[in-house]
Amino acid sequence: MLEAVILIILVVGGAAALSWPLGKYMTALFSGKYARFDSGVARVVGPVPDQDWKRYAIALISFNALMFAFVFALLASQHLLPLNPDGQSAASLDLVFNTAASFTTNTNLQHYSGETTWSYLAQLGGLMWLQFVSAASGIAALAALARGLGGRNTMGSFFLDAGRAAFALLLPLAVVFATVLAIRGVPMTLEGAAVATTLEGATQTIARGPAAAFVAIKQLGTNGGGFFGPNSTHPMENPDFWANIAEMIAILLIPMACVWMFGGLIGRMKHAGVVFGVMLAFLLVKIGGAVTFESTPTQAFADLAVMQDTGNLEGKELRLGATTGPLWSVLTTSTSNGSVGAMHDSLNPLTGLMPMAGMWLNATFGGVGVGMIGMFLYVVVAVFIAGMMIGRTPEYLGHKIEGHEMRLAVLALFSHALLILGGTAIFAATPWGQDTLNNIGAHGFSEILYEFSSAAANNGSGFEGLDDDTPAWNIATGLVMLIGRFLPIIVPLAIVGSLMAKSRRAESAGTLSVEGATFGGMLAITVLIFGALTFFPAAALGPIAEHTALMR
Amino acid sequence: MSYFLPSLRFWLASMLVCVITYTALMLALAQALVPAKASGSLVERGGEIIGSALIAQDFSSDRYFWPRPSAIDYDGMGAGGSNLSPTSADLTERAQGLIARHGATPENPLPADLVAASGGGLDPHISFNAAMFQASRVAASRGLGTGEVRALIEREAFTPGGIFTSGRIVNVLALNLALDAAAE
Repeated sequence: MLEAVILIILVVGGAAALSWPLGKYMTALFSGKYARFDSGVARVVGPVPDQDWKRYAIALISFNALMFAFVFALLASQHLLPLNPDGQSAASLDLVFNTAASFTTNTNLQHYSGETTWSYLAQLGGLMWLQFVSAASGIAALAALARGLGGRNTMGSFFLDAGRAAFALLLPLAVVFATVLAIRGVPMTLEGAAVATTLEGATQTIARGPAAAFVAIKQLGTNGGGFFGPNSTHPMENPDFWANIAEMIAILLIPMACVWMFGGLIGRMKHAGVVFGVMLAFLLVKIGGAVTFESTPTQAFADLAVMQDTGNLEGKELRLGATTGPLWSVLTTSTSNGSVGAMHDSLNPLTGLMPMAGMWLNATFGGVGVGMIGMFLYVVVAVFIAGMMIGRTPEYLGHKIEGHEMRLAVLALFSHALLILGGTAIFAATPWGQDTLNNIGAHGFSEILYEFSSAAANNGSGFEGLDDDTPAWNIATGLVMLIGRFLPIIVPLAIVGSLMAKSRRAESAGTLSVEGATFGGMLAITVLIFGALTFFPAAALGPIAEHTALMR
Repeated sequence: MSYFLPSLRFWLASMLVCVITYTALMLALAQALVPAKASGSLVERGGEIIGSALIAQDFSSDRYFWPRPSAIDYDGMGAGGSNLSPTSADLTERAQGLIARHGATPENPLPADLVAASGGGLDPHISFNAAMFQASRVAASRGLGTGEVRALIEREAFTPGGIFTSGRIVNVLALNLALDAAAE
């Protein structure tokens, strides 16, 4: 137990401590404090005029459309292109569609195994490139939102913001983390697979590749797509305890720093502190639950001649320590990262509920940039409800929240539930889903529920037993990922655009404060009611049913 | 349409910086700092590659320590887990086979890592207890004293996270290499 607590403090505390200076740096970067760097970006991408919310959104969509189209073409033609030492052949078009959508939307849902599907060129020039620019798109959107809320007349320039995020934030951090990972043992080579003759004389072919560079940005940009099939459970992707600590800190670092950046750009660090506290509280509750539930030994070995002195070890790696599995499962789903440090399908049923809850809320730190944008939607709802309760005009940072903004916020929040529950209902009722399960009964239902939660939340982790490389899954989750990415970016920009058009009022003693514990409590309740209760019936059919029926 | 040109220019710039320069820099750094690790931590004996220190390989003869079970049969090109729920009957069935193979009994139960497959199916380690459990079998088939084999395990065992972790683990390939070396 002490070991678990120390690990949690090391990872969550370490990330929180590093996020503060990083958030300060990001605030300076996105406020234009580095003028020479900014003019360098402008020289490269062309003029960067200030944009209103519509132009900003269209610029973002335009570039993301190009990202999708380019990577679609690259993946579809990889067998004709160089840098393919292991001779990967052409992939099916529905898989190409799903993968291009998945990495464009910062999801990194993988219906394939990297080492047997994509060439090094496809992995580096296609997928790793998207891991940089999709993360940059999310961070840019948050900068725009914060500028609008903070009282500027415009939202800034998308291409300037994307350049700042990609070149001055993600790249230097990736170089640092990739170096650490390489030193701990993650391979970084362009040579193809190694062939070994084992001590017993058998032949073993060992996949390797330029993994260190890939893994660093996969962790930092809440991307999560692994270089190898089983992601960070693969010993080459996560070779030892210290690499593991670095990778877990990298999951949380930028999502946490984004909250401080938001506070810096709106000029309200106390408010950011309250939001950070609410997010952290949810994170810690989920971690506590997962670590506790996972300390139960594997049920399947209960009556056998097996020592019952360890927790559930199925799907876990010994070098990473017993707490890594449940801790990582919560970090990766709270932040929309989606990398895994243990197989989620093999988690104890109630442990498996914690990552699902993370994806349903999707804003308890959330994805880089977009997590804070998601929390903004909850803030709008909380302010509105609180205003109604105490009989005052709902205001947020001096902006009057009215019916129009509320309708948009609720639309964005409910679309998330609709995508997950609607998709799950269809696939649970038809052969599209039923024929692809690895487990039967309630756990099979959980596999479908998890897959749609992961796609809609742009997470990318999975209950990997699911046989998901089918046209039905590829197309359905591809569409869900695209809607689940762009609707929750564009709608909040529209809300802020509408707020910017109204005159801003000075805050007075009569204004509901957004800086105290009262507001924090109100926000937490809103997140709980909107985000979690919506999914309770589905949770009861999946993990809770499995736990009550089968666990003793 | 007015955003097509900046998109294209940003595509080119990010491709040059975040893909080509970044990859080249990391290749150069890794190959300069840690060349053996950068190439996959391959292990050689007598000039031949016999595996990777990071990747489990199958051992089935009684002369060697056996690794954890692998859902993908130790395929270095197709890593993966069983993805079975802890409540799954298939998991019980697989465990029964492994218990029989290791000759475990209720009085002498098997350490849990020897019945549980790892996430990638390539976990190169077993727990200290799992190595100790196998010591008498390995010793008998090699005509060594059990004490001798146990001393070897003590020598190879380590705590993966230093003071931050308690249980010790052993790299199976390293232990088996040490066994072979001791026999010579």
